Amino acid sequence: MIETKKTDVIIIGAGPVGLFAVFELGLLDLKCHLVDILDRPGGQCTELFPEKPIYDIPGLPVVTGQGLIDNLLDQIKPFDPIFHHNQLAESLQKLDNNNWLLTTSDGVKIEAPVVVVAAGGGSFTPKRPPIAGIEEYEGTSVFYSVRQMENFRHKKLLIAGGGDSALDWTVNLQPVADQVTLVHRRDQFRAAPDSVKKMFGLRDEGKINFEMGQVKELHGQNGQLEGVTIKTKEGDVQVECDCLLPFFGLTMKLGPIANFGLNLNENLIPVDTEKFETSEKGIFAIGDINHYPGKLKLILSGFHEGALMAQEAFRICRPDGKLVFRYTTSSTDLHKKLNAAE
Amino acid sequence: MSDEEEDFRIFVTDRDGQEHELQALVGWRVMEIIRDHGLAIKAECGGACSCATCHVYIDDNWIDNLYPANDEETDMLDEAFDVEDNSRLSCQVLFTPELNGIKLKLAPEAA
Repeated sequence: MIETKKTDVIIIGAGPVGLFAVFELGLLDLKCHLVDILDRPGGQCTELFPEKPIYDIPGLPVVTGQGLIDNLLDQIKPFDPIFHHNQLAESLQKLDNNNWLLTTSDGVKIEAPVVVVAAGGGSFTPKRPPIAGIEEYEGTSVFYSVRQMENFRHKKLLIAGGGDSALDWTVNLQPVADQVTLVHRRDQFRAAPDSVKKMFGLRDEGKINFEMGQVKELHGQNGQLEGVTIKTKEGDVQVECDCLLPFFGLTMKLGPIANFGLNLNENLIPVDTEKFETSEKGIFAIGDINHYPGKLKLILSGFHEGALMAQEAFRICRPDGKLVFRYTTSSTDLHKKLNAAE
Repeated sequence: MSDEEEDFRIFVTDRDGQEHELQALVGWRVMEIIRDHGLAIKAECGGACSCATCHVYIDDNWIDNLYPANDEETDMLDEAFDVEDNSRLSCQVLFTPELNGIKLKLAPEAA
């Protein structure tokens, strides 16, 4: 039995808005756990545009997505947040003591009086190619990630895509599988040059096949793939295979949050603009995932929302506590919390 | 009359095959025009050429009127599906008066 972790606030989503919420809550002495499906903090900033410049963060004329996240991580360091990465916030349950119990896809259980949904555009999930009938093969013949290489021993694999995942798995699974075919729409790849070189090396040795084209149809029955049709410039090609691994990057889906019992409006969570609370007491939504009249999906809006949310979170977590409004500039108490020099 | 005041149009065929005539503004990205009219285009990254969810097919008669895709866009198209020679990411196509009347089609997207 996994022990339930107790904290003040559970934040779903470790993007910029979730991270800054840790700061605002931390100033009020509230401790946070964050849950995120990605393997590192940053959300869209680090997943979609780590090297791209952002120009509308107050006080930072220009900062990259990665740079902003690095700064935020520095800023919240004194508050020691706990991160639970590579897992989804899967279910949320109200306990008799009015606390919330969140269970992640890895079975981690966290209990807190306050939950903050800062999930941006939803959770990042692998893109499912728009090929007719692909759902029927998922989990049996179609896989979007490799958890155990052993599962692919003696299989005939078809790997689709042109990025690092496609190339790395082509190279790594080749010794394990009976047959590996890589399918990509062109003979150029946006993967690490070393993996590309290795892949072409294996092809030249006859150890893998490379088909320039795109998967068009799947053939098989009862969830067992038997082959695919690949569309190439020279016409259709049939390839025998029993597993397909499509690697076309990630897309955002709302995911299990849809089942948390919150009011939703077109996949957004309506909130008030005083506390940014949802239809459920103690559950807040900040950043791109929320909606209210005049909402702008800007990082800076999410920062503001987090600051106001923190006030109400304090009242819920510390019903007998006294909320004092202080500036970080002048408060010695806050300086101590921030480990700042006097 | 300035470019902004002129009545420009683009013609977008959705995934059900229905054509929509959309008013277009100079300086907008074609993705923004499509999104602003409420057609089903994800455009998840908001125009940063980082997600390939604004993939469109440009009508063959128009494709040569566009600036060719740069390397970043071509690389990003690797994460799109059913990519053809006339495939573009619509966030990388800036609407100019020369494109008045352009025809394009929304590409299939990840389910």
